[in-house]
Amino acid sequence: MAEQKNIIEARNLTIGYDENVVLKDVSFEVRQGEIFVILGGSGCGKSTLLKHLIGLHAPMSGEIQIEGRDLVSAEGDERQEILTRIGVSYQSGALFGSMTINQNVRLPLEEYTDLPENALALIAWMKLRLVGLEESGGSLPSELSGGMQKRAAIARAMALDPAVVFLDEPSAGLDPVTSAELDALILRLNETMGTTFVIVTHELPSIYAIADRVIMLDKKKQGIIAEGSPEELRDHSAEPFVRQFFHRQSSEEEAQS
Amino acid sequence: MSSDNDPAELTIEDGRIVLKGRLDAKNAAAIWSRALKAAEKGSTLDASGVTYCDSSGAALFYELQKQRGAKIEGLPEDARGLLKPYADADFPKLGGGKEKHEPAATSIGRVAVAMAGDMREQLVFTGQATVALLHGLVNPRIVRWGDMWRTFETAGVNALVIVGMIGFLTGMIMAFQSTVPLQQFGVDIFVVNLVSLAMLRELGGIMTAIVLAGRSGSAFAAEIGTMKVNEEVNALTTMGLDPVRFLVVPKLMAAILVTPLLTIYANVIGIMGGLMVVMLFNHPWAAIYNQLVSAVTLHDIATGLIKSFFFGALVGGIGCLRGLQTKSGASAVGDSTTRAVVSGIFLIIAVDAIFAVVFWAIGF
Repeated sequence: MAEQKNIIEARNLTIGYDENVVLKDVSFEVRQGEIFVILGGSGCGKSTLLKHLIGLHAPMSGEIQIEGRDLVSAEGDERQEILTRIGVSYQSGALFGSMTINQNVRLPLEEYTDLPENALALIAWMKLRLVGLEESGGSLPSELSGGMQKRAAIARAMALDPAVVFLDEPSAGLDPVTSAELDALILRLNETMGTTFVIVTHELPSIYAIADRVIMLDKKKQGIIAEGSPEELRDHSAEPFVRQFFHRQSSEEEAQS
Repeated sequence: MSSDNDPAELTIEDGRIVLKGRLDAKNAAAIWSRALKAAEKGSTLDASGVTYCDSSGAALFYELQKQRGAKIEGLPEDARGLLKPYADADFPKLGGGKEKHEPAATSIGRVAVAMAGDMREQLVFTGQATVALLHGLVNPRIVRWGDMWRTFETAGVNALVIVGMIGFLTGMIMAFQSTVPLQQFGVDIFVVNLVSLAMLRELGGIMTAIVLAGRSGSAFAAEIGTMKVNEEVNALTTMGLDPVRFLVVPKLMAAILVTPLLTIYANVIGIMGGLMVVMLFNHPWAAIYNQLVSAVTLHDIATGLIKSFFFGALVGGIGCLRGLQTKSGASAVGDSTTRAVVSGIFLIIAVDAIFAVVFWAIGF
C-alpha cells in the first residue's frame, strides 16, 4: 500500500476569527493510514484548526488540500464531493436527537447513494457492529450513555467510508475505562478499515496508545512547536514546553499510581 | 488496461457471475438488485476483477454470501479485511415485528388512555397551581414579583399595539358589514347596540385571549419547555424549590391580571372603531352617544370582564402546563408551544360557550 500518500496537506495556513490571528503560517501534512493527533494547551487553536480542516471556516490565507483537492476554493458539487471524503465526530456527538441511532448512521448513505433499502439497512448494521452498537440501532441518542453516543457518532462519521475521520476530543467527559475502549476502537478501525484519523485531544494516555504522529501547537508562537511521534517529543524535543507537557503530566501520573 | 476508476460491471458467463471494476457506494447501488437477482443458492461469483471495494461493496459480498448462499471466488484483499469482523455475525432479518400493525381497538384504547392521562395531568396541575397561587396571595413575600412584572410587561404592555389594532379593525368591520343591511330598514343607528354589545359581551374578551394565547401562552410554554430540556427545572426541584411556585405562579398572576386590562382596552378601542363607521354614515354624535348609553348596561361590561379573568388563567395555565410537560429532544419545545396555542384557543372557546349557557341559566 502507498503508506506515504498524503491525505491532508495544509500549506502556509493562517487562521483566526475576524481580526484575531490564532495560527500563523502553519504547514503540515497527514499521511494515509496514520493516526494524527493535534495537541496543545487550552486556547492554542486546536479546535479552530479542526474547524478549518473540515471546511466549517475558511482560512485567512493558505491552502488545505484533501486527497489533492483544494477545500478552500472548492464550491458546489466539488466541495460536496470533498466533504463526503471526510467524516467528523463532534465533541458532543451531535447526533440528531429526533432520529434513532440507525437513522443517524443511514442519513449520509440515504442522501448520497442510491442503494436499495435492504442494502442501507445492512450497511448501517455493519457500521454499528464495527463500533459495537448493533444492538442499539433502534434507540434514540438520548437513551444511550455518553460513551455509546461517541461511538455512534464515529459510526455515522464513517458511514460513507471517508478517507479521513476527524475526532474532536473523543474522550472528553468519559471515564478512563470507556476512554480506553474508545482508543481501542479507533485503533481497530484504523487497522481493519485503513481509515486515517485526525484527533484533537489532551489525554496523555490515549496519545501514547494511539498516536502515530503528533503536532503540538503553541498559543504564544501561534504555530507548531513540535512534530513527531509522542515518544520522540517526550524524550528529544528542544522545546522546554513540549518536554514539560509530556513529563509533568506523566510524572504526576507516576506519583498517583 | 483497467484503471482503478472503472465503474463496476456485472456479467454472467456460463452461469458464473463475474464482477469487475470499482465497487464503491455509487457503483454498488447500480448493480445491487441485479446481483441479488442473479445469485441463486450455490451459484459462483468471480470477484477477482474487482479493483476497489469499500464497505458498500463489502456489504454486497456479505449479502450474496451469507444471505443468498453464493460462493465467492477471488475476493480482493481489501474486501476480505472489511468482511473480517462479520465472519461469525448474522444480520438480523428485516421487518422482524418492528412495524407491527395494531388493531383499531388497541389504537383507540391507547389514545383514550393518553387523553385521560392528559386530563388527569391538567386537573392535578390546576390544583397545584391554584394552591400555589393562593399560597402566594396569603404570603406575598414568597412570590417572585420581579418575574411577575416582567411577564406583565411582555404579555401586556407589549401587546397593546396588536390588541388595539385587532380590536379597532374588528369594530369597524362589524359596523360596516351590519350598516348596509340595517340601512334597508332605516334602523342603522342600532349598529351602535350591535357593536358595543358584541364587543363587551364576547368579542373583546375572546380576541384578547386568543392574541394572548398566541403571543404569551406559546412564550410561556417555550420558556419553561427550554428550561425543562436543559434540566433547569430539575435543578430547581433538587434545590427544594417548587417549579410551580417558582415558574408558574408569576406567569399565572401576570396573565390573570393583564387579560382583563387588555380586554377593557380592546373593548374601548373596538367600540370606537365601530362608532367611527356609524359617524361616517352621517349620524350625529349626540344620537350615537344616546344610543350607546341606552344600549349598554353594567351587566354587559361585567359579563365580559368576569370571563376575561378566567381566560387569563386559562391561557397562562395551559402555557405553563405544556411547558412543564415538555419531553426531551430538539422538537420537544416546538411541540409544547404548538400544543399550548392549540389547546389554549380551544379551551377559550369552550369556556366561553359554557359561560354563555351559565349566564343564560342564571339570567345574568
